[in-house]
Amino acid sequence: MKILSRLYIALILFFLYAPVAVMIIFSFNSSSSVWVFEGFSTKWYEGLVYDTTMLTALEHTLIIAVLSALISTVLGTAAAVGILAIRKKVASSLVMSMTNIPMMNADIVTGISLMLLFIFIGNLFGLNESLGFITVLAAHITFNLPYVILSVMPKLRQTDANLVDAAMDLGCTPFKAFFKVILPSISTGIATGTIMAFTLSLDDFVISYFTCGKYQTLPIVIYNMTKKSVTPDTYALSTIIFFVVFALLIFYNMLQSKSEKQAAVRKVGAK
Amino acid sequence: MNKKSFGNQLLAAPHVVWSVIFIVVPLFIMLYFAFTNADGGFTLENVKQIGLYKKAFGISILYAAIATVITLLLAYPMAYFMTKVNISSQRMLMMIVMIPMWMNFLIRTYSWITILANTGLINTFLGKLGIEPLKLINTPGAVILGMVYDFIPYMILPIYSVMSKIDKSLLEASEDLGSNAFNKFRRVILPLSRPGIISGITMVFVPSVSTFYISQKLGGNKTMLVGDVIEYFFNAGPDYYNVASAISMVLMVMILVCMVIMNRFSDDDSEGVII
Amino acid sequence: MQKEENIVQLKNISVAFDDQVILDDLSLDIKDKEFITFLGPSGCGKTTTLRLIAGFLEPDEGDVLFEGKKINGVPAYKRQVNTIFQRYALFPHLNVYENIAFGLRIKKWPENEIKAKVEEMLKLVNLTGLEKRHIDTLSGGQQQRVAIARAIANHPKVLLLDEPLAALDLKLRKDMQKELKKIQQQLGITFVFVTHDQEEALTMSDRVVVMDGGKIQQVGTPQDIYNEPENAFVADFIGESNILDGKMIRDFYVEFSGQKFDCLDKGFQENEAVDVVVRPEDVDIVPVEKGMLTGIVTSVSFLGVHYEIIVDIGGFKWMIQTTDEHFVDDKVGLFIEPDAIHIMKKSEYSGLYGDYSSYSEEIDHLSDIIEEE
Repeated sequence: MKILSRLYIALILFFLYAPVAVMIIFSFNSSSSVWVFEGFSTKWYEGLVYDTTMLTALEHTLIIAVLSALISTVLGTAAAVGILAIRKKVASSLVMSMTNIPMMNADIVTGISLMLLFIFIGNLFGLNESLGFITVLAAHITFNLPYVILSVMPKLRQTDANLVDAAMDLGCTPFKAFFKVILPSISTGIATGTIMAFTLSLDDFVISYFTCGKYQTLPIVIYNMTKKSVTPDTYALSTIIFFVVFALLIFYNMLQSKSEKQAAVRKVGAK
Repeated sequence: MNKKSFGNQLLAAPHVVWSVIFIVVPLFIMLYFAFTNADGGFTLENVKQIGLYKKAFGISILYAAIATVITLLLAYPMAYFMTKVNISSQRMLMMIVMIPMWMNFLIRTYSWITILANTGLINTFLGKLGIEPLKLINTPGAVILGMVYDFIPYMILPIYSVMSKIDKSLLEASEDLGSNAFNKFRRVILPLSRPGIISGITMVFVPSVSTFYISQKLGGNKTMLVGDVIEYFFNAGPDYYNVASAISMVLMVMILVCMVIMNRFSDDDSEGVII
Repeated sequence: MQKEENIVQLKNISVAFDDQVILDDLSLDIKDKEFITFLGPSGCGKTTTLRLIAGFLEPDEGDVLFEGKKINGVPAYKRQVNTIFQRYALFPHLNVYENIAFGLRIKKWPENEIKAKVEEMLKLVNLTGLEKRHIDTLSGGQQQRVAIARAIANHPKVLLLDEPLAALDLKLRKDMQKELKKIQQQLGITFVFVTHDQEEALTMSDRVVVMDGGKIQQVGTPQDIYNEPENAFVADFIGESNILDGKMIRDFYVEFSGQKFDCLDKGFQENEAVDVVVRPEDVDIVPVEKGMLTGIVTSVSFLGVHYEIIVDIGGFKWMIQTTDEHFVDDKVGLFIEPDAIHIMKKSEYSGLYGDYSSYSEEIDHLSDIIEEE
């Protein structure tokens, strides 16, 4: 049974990683074929450095990801505090359902509806180019928000409601109490939310596709590349992205297990 | 019990305003587009046209449903076995499952072409064994495979996270009360992991039923899914936004109905989120 | 400044949440340097009163005065009052030292003074050496001590304690009761203590405020409220009581259970209907022929120091505590001295308490556990 279960895990992992491995291997192909491996070369990577379309897209992606992650973190954290303070159950669940729409809805519907909104607003102001930086940013903030809120909220719930009272009792203004007491207690939730927002934003294709106009992000460029003939440079780019995400996740995991270890050590110390 | 909480409620205001503008209003604009023609006059023409695409709707639902079932069948044992290894390996495994999820799905889908193409890896390998090349790419099977592959982490993780939280003493209690391995699974583990299954199904079905990239890359141009139709009209220019809106509307309602049905099966999992 | 000066005054306070009245026209003066306890069952409004004084809550009507000045609307962080919270509310992200230093840092004390103060506090609560420890490595009793140190480090004029001992086990709770009392006398700070545990209230307090239904039922020294309860609620809530319907025939002469008794109470109208309290330990069981009342023993439990015996007298079940053993179905006589009888005016609580016919220790115990919040 044990061997079988290990074998099963291995098979699923093989299924998950076979295409990734293929991609990495062929990114080093010396020919432009993605079917036959003809020899090792890093020329596709070198080529990327001179691909200005790609570099601009990378810049766009990073700008959007950083900004949308930061803005949605601030908005979402405030919202989580606010929603939990709403005492009318109907009102708070209404807000929550509204918040969850982009998470539940198909990306393509979210994308189209946002595009229509932007075009509508653009027409109101007589712009002939409604889509661009601002619209992608707004779209990314919109789909990031629920993830931030849902990462922060459980941490807030776990936080003892008396802590704010205690801080105010000891002389903090409500504002100061939030920063000195609540923020530290929910910081891991906020960090999780920010990282998720950042990664989701980096990764998003469908919603960006409908809202970006000429402000192309990396996934859009990749999409355009795959529309034409397939060459290993796409694989090279993907490999780089893969390792960046990989590093990010390892880093995040280390952070988490470190804080858990500290907690564990503290628990042991109590005995 | 605190009257000061009124001040805190205001913190939700920016978010509420934002959500109304960027979530609620767009949906109404979409509704407006769906029932007007290019000149802004009211019409049912767009909605009537949807009949032309019932095949696309049908295929989308069928493929997505098949992909969801296969994903569930593959993912459930995976999640179960993951809870059986030691804790540090569980953490590792979870990360390993997550990494492809965070990789761009365009790329993940794309690399299947290398594997499945007529001159791709599988057929090259089969050729070396002297077997005739198989028709793998541009088939419904390839599309479904793409869906399964792209979205399987979304099935494994919620099921795993629900399962790993099952109190071990419940399993001991069920053994104590006479359950054998099968009964323990059927009467305790399965019902308790249901919230994970439900959110997994939603998270696989919704993107599958609305995808347009997977079908284009792995299905050739033969399979036209709803997503493809919408994307096609979107690219056809502003004159076609009305039809695109009508189809999106129907797709959304369809997904909504599916989710309502799904939620009938779950009890209280309002916050069953991934990770 | 006189010693007896009032430090906190509550004047005609009313509070309601969602149309539910929590405090109903409540007035109370709290004297400087006293140990005063709010005692009452869950939902009686005692914690709400505490939160009003702390400044976490504003009254809908009425005033809160501090040293004679109205402090309605003054936020918690500007009041010279500190609180020890029910589950301590220690900051989980800070260690023991930083928790105690929290209020001082807000006040921007210089570092060396903070250090001296924290050390002094740690010594006061017997936690020296644990400065660097993290909150979740501490036992319940230690957390309790940190909470005390954190609050009194700020030199509050009034310390509010919201059921601070509820989470501790019995032995620890007894120790902490003594220690808190000691700290209060040592520092000369006014302590306002909230509890639902009557024994705790009686042992620690200078004065006890018995509350129910958002109203004060009685204020007095522990002896007062035990010996001279003002109504059936107080009599029942504090200790055990047999509460009977009676008639005040004239001063010093009362009738209940169909018999007439001499008593020490006066000031009622002739033949006024009253509630009569007889504490279980004040009743003597005597042979039937010597009894003023006679009845049948229906239940006997051994409690170590004494037996708790339920005697049925004409359908009313009396509880009697005695060191002599009796058996179920014994026919016994009861003897009651005049000073064992306490007469109270009729109140809304009349008839609700004081009969032990449905008596069960378990229910009593459960209602203690299912407490506020």
